[in-house]
Amino acid sequence: MTERKPVVVVDDLYVTYRVFSSGRAVKKSRGGLLKQSGRGIRAVEALRGVSFIAYENESIGVIGANGSGKSTLMRAMTGLTPPAAGAVYASSRPNLLGVGAALIGDLSGERNIVLGGLALGLTRKEVEELSEKIVDFAELQEFIDLPMRTYSSGMQARLKFAIATIKQHEILIVDEALSVGDKEFRRRSENRIREIRDNAGTVFLVSHSMNSIRDTCERTIWLNRGEMMMDGPTEEVVAAYEASRSEGVGARRNRRAAAREQA
Amino acid sequence: MSLADVASTHGLKRVGARPPLGSYLREAWRRREFIVALAQYRLRASLEGNRLGVLWLVLQPTLNALIYGTIFYFIQRGDDPVQFAAHVVIGVFLFQFFQRSMTQGARSITGNQSLVQSLAFPRITLPVAEVMEELISLLPSIAVLFVILPFLGHWPSLSWLLMVPLLILFTLFNTGIALITARLTVHVRDLAQLLPFIGRLLFYSSGVLFDVNKIFDRYPAVLQLYDFVPIYQVLQMARAALLGGHSYDPMYWLYFSAWSVLTFVVGLLFFWVAEERYGRD
Repeated sequence: MTERKPVVVVDDLYVTYRVFSSGRAVKKSRGGLLKQSGRGIRAVEALRGVSFIAYENESIGVIGANGSGKSTLMRAMTGLTPPAAGAVYASSRPNLLGVGAALIGDLSGERNIVLGGLALGLTRKEVEELSEKIVDFAELQEFIDLPMRTYSSGMQARLKFAIATIKQHEILIVDEALSVGDKEFRRRSENRIREIRDNAGTVFLVSHSMNSIRDTCERTIWLNRGEMMMDGPTEEVVAAYEASRSEGVGARRNRRAAAREQA
Repeated sequence: MSLADVASTHGLKRVGARPPLGSYLREAWRRREFIVALAQYRLRASLEGNRLGVLWLVLQPTLNALIYGTIFYFIQRGDDPVQFAAHVVIGVFLFQFFQRSMTQGARSITGNQSLVQSLAFPRITLPVAEVMEELISLLPSIAVLFVILPFLGHWPSLSWLLMVPLLILFTLFNTGIALITARLTVHVRDLAQLLPFIGRLLFYSSGVLFDVNKIFDRYPAVLQLYDFVPIYQVLQMARAALLGGHSYDPMYWLYFSAWSVLTFVVGLLFFWVAEERYGRD
């Protein structure tokens, strides 16, 4: 293999959430419930020893069931969730595709483009030059002078995606952003992600849509209960993941059938 | 080769580590256009729903001045009520800048949690933008003052120009305060509830409404203490610059410059030290 430049190194990462349990935990053993009282601190291990290296020009899909630690891993990669052990190293701070938080609903789309672009670290001049491109991508030409709060949720999502991806990110994390918008917009946003990757960027795509993952990522990471199940070419990993899901469904169905027979 | 070695040989840095102060400030300076846009747009968004829109920036201080002026014209029956009304209006306008910087600054991180969690930028831009927003809304107030004062018999004079350096120092001071409250609120959210009361306490004790020299003329020790209260110093210097006739120790300029720089530097360091902490729950 040719020498590729690593941009993100995740080294034996553990993330533990300490939460005040506001109710009583459901215990497996019956009868212990009465002994519990008051607010206890529970430690939830969201990630348990995840390691991988991501290289330049890679787009990596991240899949797994709900609660498997996908979003925790992404948040730990941006440095927002502190690791309990291990570390994340990166050539520059990974960005979540989340410019939406900087925007103000009462302002026009036009002003929000300026604000979002500046929040991403562009200069005002750069934003003004790119403004037209953003409007075109979001297909909001006729509405760009209206307050953003009057946009439909699909229009808002398009605008946010268009602003967020206008900058050439070195490391971009897309967490379930492609599920919004219509089919045509999804196709164009997947193209945009491939473009970012081809311009020496690294993209992480978290999605439950195996089609999006197949179409945009050549490598996929499968997380299960905070552990790395598999890391490899998308086709193999997605196939194994889907097999395990349908197997899981099958196994559950069998159990139910067995229980019915017993009754 | 361990993963940590791979990272270090390729010059990868640990994510989320606090940058050194120098590069932190450079990055913040690079975002100055963002700070100004955020301040302008937030202010605009807060007013745009109204029919009169941005005009409220001028209407608010005018109405405030009329109400405070009228009330205190009648309350202060003794010597020269007109002067007293002007005295109060200047005090209220400037104190509002301080108070709102303090309370809005306190919410600048906790109130923008989703923004802090999704984009990487020096967090100092958020409290600074809040202070900037308050400064922008103070300027029309000062302009209103400039229009009103001639009617009260105070013609424009060169000493009005002293307001420029004074406002620069005051902004520096308020930025320091906002940086401190911004970080404290991250650790203890309850502070945001408490600050309005602290603000009111300072409002009544900093000589905004009442002339400290008259109230405490029997307690010279207390009066001497007031020489070192920064907000009182600002108010006195502004009144002297705009109204004349107020005497104050010229050393106030030195004291307040020292206060401003000190508060700003302490606030800056205090805020920067916890940079990694912001956005975490």
